[in-house]
Amino acid sequence: MMNPKTQNKVAIGTLYGVAGLVVLILLALLGYILVSGLPQLSWHFLTAPAKAFLKGGGVGVQLYNSFYLLILAMLISFPIALGAAIYLYEYAKDNWVTTTIRTAIEILSSLPSVVVGLFGFLFFVVKLRLGFSILSGAFALTFFNLPLLTRSIEDSLRTIDTTQREGGLALGLSRWETVTRVILPAAVPSILTGVILSAGRVFGEAAALIYTAGQSAPALDFTDWNPFNISSPLNPMRPAETLAVHIWKINSEGIMPDAKAISSGSSAVLVLAILLFNFAARYLGKRLYKRLTSA
Amino acid sequence: MSKEILTTQDLHLYYGDKEALKGINLNFDAKGITALIGPSGCGKSTYLRTLNRMNDLIPNVTITGTIKFKDQDLYAPSADTVQIRKEIGMVFQQPNPFPFSIYDNVIYGLRIAGEKDKEKLDAVVEKSLRQAAVWDEVKDHLHESALALSGGQQQRVCIARVLAVSPEIILLDEPTSALDPVSSSQIETTLLNLRHDYTIITVTHNLQQASRIADRTAFFMNGELVEVDQTKNIFMNPAEKQTEDYISGRFG
Repeated sequence: MMNPKTQNKVAIGTLYGVAGLVVLILLALLGYILVSGLPQLSWHFLTAPAKAFLKGGGVGVQLYNSFYLLILAMLISFPIALGAAIYLYEYAKDNWVTTTIRTAIEILSSLPSVVVGLFGFLFFVVKLRLGFSILSGAFALTFFNLPLLTRSIEDSLRTIDTTQREGGLALGLSRWETVTRVILPAAVPSILTGVILSAGRVFGEAAALIYTAGQSAPALDFTDWNPFNISSPLNPMRPAETLAVHIWKINSEGIMPDAKAISSGSSAVLVLAILLFNFAARYLGKRLYKRLTSA
Repeated sequence: MSKEILTTQDLHLYYGDKEALKGINLNFDAKGITALIGPSGCGKSTYLRTLNRMNDLIPNVTITGTIKFKDQDLYAPSADTVQIRKEIGMVFQQPNPFPFSIYDNVIYGLRIAGEKDKEKLDAVVEKSLRQAAVWDEVKDHLHESALALSGGQQQRVCIARVLAVSPEIILLDEPTSALDPVSSSQIETTLLNLRHDYTIITVTHNLQQASRIADRTAFFMNGELVEVDQTKNIFMNPAEKQTEDYISGRFG
């Protein structure tokens, strides 16, 4: 039998080892992606359209598509998630209806994204005849994003103390006024953090988009901002391959001579963007909290 | 009788099956301070929270009996809880300023009610903070966060916040029990200044505090009102044996 002191040392050592291993794997992955990808990055690579057969193509359109899709998906899913979270946490009584809703959200959030993609294909692309389009992709991403976002907003509301709600009500504010004028402003920093983090996940999503937003990126005319024109960047009905889908595509069927380099470069851009989201979430969340509370 | 602003008749309250208030009859005259005292779990806080319908927030609560505020039945189906809580304000045990500036905290009720006149708002802020005896301490940083204040200052800002809505009655649920003695005595001074203009009902665990500030004291035990009288009589010459035992520290 070991004495408690040795036992303690062994336990702590093991835990450090495991934690270190995780960090090491993460660093190795990041390092590999960045080391092989960063040299490919240039202004040309980030802005030029892709080429199908020749070398020297860029990811400009894909990068733009990723952001446009992200914004559309967020515009659709955020209001719904906010409403759902407010209803669930501030209004709903604990009964079988809310239990059912919560279970549904749990199940939805654990659906493999490729299943969401296939559902999106059958329903939006085929049934609703939206075709392979940004809109189909945005709806699919909404399905993918909604449960996560709802849960994160609900958690944000939970962090606001009950005494704040009582304080609002005791001042003669209605329930709605208390929620919108006291609780939400107080929860903004943490809601924002949740939104940015989920944006990172949406940004890197590929499987849900392959069958909905499509795998082709028609050239865009960045001087044409009429959303009804097919080459306009704003047109939501055009097919739009995103960066994550592009990576998958190149690796499975890319025939350009510099496929490997483009794939590495795209991965680096993707990873950098997601890292940026994460740091922005931390930074903005902290700053906003400080500004709102000056604590 | 005409001076009575708030009356409760045969008030029962149940948490599920458990009877927490067993028929309370208690009336309050306009102006002055009434202290509600009694051992933990005697129902004094529960009673206080029936007076502005804060118990509505707890599921499974049943209330019978009548509470009337100036002849208006607070539990009538047509009663408007929002209006009621504007006239019957409340300060809580834990100071709960909103995470905004001191200024915004004080005018929050008014601003949401639609008041936009800057001069009027400024005047209300100053008047309320003066009434709550915290003006001199915060007047130079009104636009800083209320969360940066000490607990006692926060509590007085919370009192100012209630005053700004100009209620007639102010309920206080152990307003000093989370505060240090110095802050507590400042709150007591604040309440003594307010007693000529408002009807104040405060729950307290601190018997000395009740004897220092209250005009009237009500003693609760096991969900019943044992005795209510002038504070002096309750402490010097209680009518009930239970009251005397509690006051003299034989239990509770």
